[in-house]
Amino acid sequence: MILLDIVDTASWWTIVIAVQVVIGCAYFLCTRKSKKHEDKLTKKMLLEWKPKPLVEEEIFVPQPQLMGKIDEGMLNVGCTSFLGFDKEPQIMERAIKSLHKYGVGSCGPRGFYGTIDVHLELEERLAKFLQVEETCVYSYGFSTIASAIPAYAKKGDIIFADEKVWFAIQKGIDASRSTVVYFKHNNMKDLERKLEMAAFQKDLNPQRRAFLIAEAIYYNTGTMCPLRKLVELARRYKLRIILDESLSIGTLGEHGRGLTEFLGVPRDEIDLIVGSLEHSFASIGGFCAGSHFIVEHQRLSGLGYCFSASLPPMLTEAAIAGLDILEAKPHLIAELNLVANKLQCAFSGLNYFTVSGDDLSPIKHLYPRDVVMPYETKMEFLHNIEKYCLHRGIAVAVTSYIKDAEKNCPEPSLRIAASTKLNDAHIDELCDILERAYLHCRS
Amino acid sequence: MAAVQVGGGDNLNESKSTSKISECNGKKKTDNGKMGGNQNGYVNSEHKSNGVDSAADMEAPAPWMDWAQLDIFPGSFEKCSLLTAALTHAGLYLLMFLGFVNQLLFTPKVATERNRVGYAPLYNPFEQFYSRYVYRRVRHIFNRPICSTPGAELTLKERATDDYNWSFRFTGAEKRCINLGSYNYLGFAAPEGECADAAEAAARRYGLALASSRAELGSTPLHQELEETTAKFLGVEAAVVFGMGFATNALGIPGLLGAGTLVLSDENNHASLILGLRLARVAVRVFAHNDMRQLERLARDAIAERRWDRIVVVVEGVYSMEGSIVPLPALVALKKKYGLLLYLDEAHSVGAMGARGRGVVDHWGVAPGDVDVLMGTFTKSFGAAGGYIAGAARLVDAVRARGHAHAYAHAMAPAVCAQVLAAMRAIAAPAGELRVRRLRDNTRHFRRRLRAMGVVVFGHEDSPVVPMLVYTFSKMAATVERLTARGVATVGVGFPATPLNKARIRFCLSAAHSRAQLDRCLDAVQQVVDELGLRYARAV
Ligand SMILES: Cc1ncc(COP(=O)(O)O)c(C=O)c1O
Repeated sequence: MILLDIVDTASWWTIVIAVQVVIGCAYFLCTRKSKKHEDKLTKKMLLEWKPKPLVEEEIFVPQPQLMGKIDEGMLNVGCTSFLGFDKEPQIMERAIKSLHKYGVGSCGPRGFYGTIDVHLELEERLAKFLQVEETCVYSYGFSTIASAIPAYAKKGDIIFADEKVWFAIQKGIDASRSTVVYFKHNNMKDLERKLEMAAFQKDLNPQRRAFLIAEAIYYNTGTMCPLRKLVELARRYKLRIILDESLSIGTLGEHGRGLTEFLGVPRDEIDLIVGSLEHSFASIGGFCAGSHFIVEHQRLSGLGYCFSASLPPMLTEAAIAGLDILEAKPHLIAELNLVANKLQCAFSGLNYFTVSGDDLSPIKHLYPRDVVMPYETKMEFLHNIEKYCLHRGIAVAVTSYIKDAEKNCPEPSLRIAASTKLNDAHIDELCDILERAYLHCRS
Repeated sequence: MAAVQVGGGDNLNESKSTSKISECNGKKKTDNGKMGGNQNGYVNSEHKSNGVDSAADMEAPAPWMDWAQLDIFPGSFEKCSLLTAALTHAGLYLLMFLGFVNQLLFTPKVATERNRVGYAPLYNPFEQFYSRYVYRRVRHIFNRPICSTPGAELTLKERATDDYNWSFRFTGAEKRCINLGSYNYLGFAAPEGECADAAEAAARRYGLALASSRAELGSTPLHQELEETTAKFLGVEAAVVFGMGFATNALGIPGLLGAGTLVLSDENNHASLILGLRLARVAVRVFAHNDMRQLERLARDAIAERRWDRIVVVVEGVYSMEGSIVPLPALVALKKKYGLLLYLDEAHSVGAMGARGRGVVDHWGVAPGDVDVLMGTFTKSFGAAGGYIAGAARLVDAVRARGHAHAYAHAMAPAVCAQVLAAMRAIAAPAGELRVRRLRDNTRHFRRRLRAMGVVVFGHEDSPVVPMLVYTFSKMAATVERLTARGVATVGVGFPATPLNKARIRFCLSAAHSRAQLDRCLDAVQQVVDELGLRYARAV
């Protein structure tokens, strides 16, 4: 074994030395060359050089609605604070107390005195809650998965991802520069076919790192992923799984530990779980959870972790306080699931909208029926509906996608978030107003 | 204009054309950084028509910048002696060799992956080796937890290790240290006072977070006010703010730069800028740190290639690892001469530099409109979190519409917004200038005394980031340990954040430090320098 090791290491050791020699030579050659820099720029060229401005065309940015305090005389079904923690006085008090101990900013990245005891506490608590060895906390939800993917996947690796993954995952994949294969949304047959093909063409081989990326509940569709099947395929084809549980932690499973708990999939089948503190926990930031071997790596390689200031301590404390409540009152999850189910039933009965989303998913997408319009007009139509609802005391969110940057831009829709604060009357009112808004905006 | 002097011996037409360029740049200031492609005056036919140009003259090389007229000092980067370099390398190889032996003998349980037999190895072997067997030896000086505000002083939670830094445990002891490690340049990191009160009020009024993106339901009047105030503070038309400085670059740049763009990027640019450029899929060429001459060569080559729609120079205001300041007036002159665009990351400089705290733009007395994109963060001088992109209204609209953060990333927390607003107002108030001045005085005092000790200090006189070179990893660790023992908290920076043999100690000064505190730190530094032999400077 040791002998093998030596051969193995000796070979790269020689590579290191060889590379140094090559770099040394190249350096000498380059410095010689750059001294003889050949200047080709003539006056004529300079006169003909007409640089274009940074932004060429007029851009119209819709002015978003300004919100006062969430739910101030308003039913907010657009924000994704599923458990109502944004209004929880207990959390607020603890956050404020923390503010008066630590100040607002942490004034440094984790490496340089930006690690405050509350960060360690949150990491430990999250690890215990999710029953994993280790977690690491990022200071922004978007950057969590967008940094986690390129920390492992590099150029030359291969990634299999669902075509409907949300934008941060797409950017993480872009940043990794790996080869990516998108399979049809939640279509396991398609995935299997693609894996088979890749294995056949030796695109999948034991020397090449391969990853499978999916979301537990898709932000863009509200559907749940068939995790068991994914795990089975991943084990068969030796893929590591990165699962985005942003929307499912704190909403699914008996204790709110997410899809793995809900489906009874052992946590260590999933190589890396990525969660968010911005939805159920109603704070800011995100986290990665998994084994020590996996997560520790990000503390040196996660770009958004290493090169950015850590999460403000008061928001960290808010997340801890949220976790306390979640642990003390696991029945909140059941309540939320009930509301999600009711919403689903109510939405399926709508005349003018079709709904996408699983029964238990806290996110539902509503697509207006019978509107054949170009993308922009449709967005405008939805924004009119949003305005109509807002005037009547309900805040719904129109999905904001950047059409040209999305991989396959999803259909515009209204994103409705279930939350424990919704009661039957609210749901009836919501449906009623949505139908009326449709008719109003159609005419 | 410098170019006029170069072309001084040439015919009249040359100087005329240069003045035309500067004229069009004058115009640029009003419509803020827009190089109106067709109305910008240097249309070739116009020059042809006046009939003075001979074809041969047009084939002559375009005049170069006259750098003698401008300050292009890149910062002081004293080279170490050959002996030091050789010893540093030797030390590093020794460290690696020891690590290598160690690796053969001992692989701890935490360093093995379970249940993934037959899978491709997850990590690059060298990276893994480096982090486990080289970095681990100095791991205890990084990520050190604190349990107080990162103000002028901080409280360290002491850690101990029983297994050679594989893991740590808390000893329960706490140590109060003077804080020379946090980016609290203006001392706004405070648990009480105006800013904290504003933050509390905002949290109570708007909630802790909005759980929605800015483009959806995450905009409050507070965000709008912050954007307006930021724009006014910087003296530009508009600004947009995001919840994380890193994401501001990484997600904002792809909204601004796209196909047909060539980026000339400083070699020491921050990871977020590099990531943003990668996500924007633009062509990037790198120039040596603050090297205006090389930048000019690259720009000339690029223009001569005639295949770029625009050329953007991406630089930082103050470099956080080098302590150097970008030579902005020279850069602006270069930009005007060659029609380049400028993206300036003021993460470490906004608030901390310039008489009025408006950043390097203020420090050098450059008009804010001469910089096309002003980016900065609120993490440092403002004691908060987040970042902004500011400039012409149209450009900011583009960042909102096409940048990724506005549509997808969640809105900045209201409490954080309020902290930034309060800090920004405090800087703009008369007392704010005192803070800025105190920071500058502290910086100069600290740098002067360090240099007098005979250590190698990088960067510019006025930069509040002060790197002191110790070259080797082990000296870096020893310095940090010994300074901590004397009640001074600083950070050491080594590979991969710096070149392998350029490990350094970085001091970040703050307006919150009193002279007495600084002198205590300096005395401690002096003792450690004596003990470890850190006087590497060749001329005192
Ligand atoms: C130049 C530069 N840009 C951006 C950032 C990122 O800012 P933040 O810490 O707010 O994410 C930093 C922080 O270290 C920086 O030095």
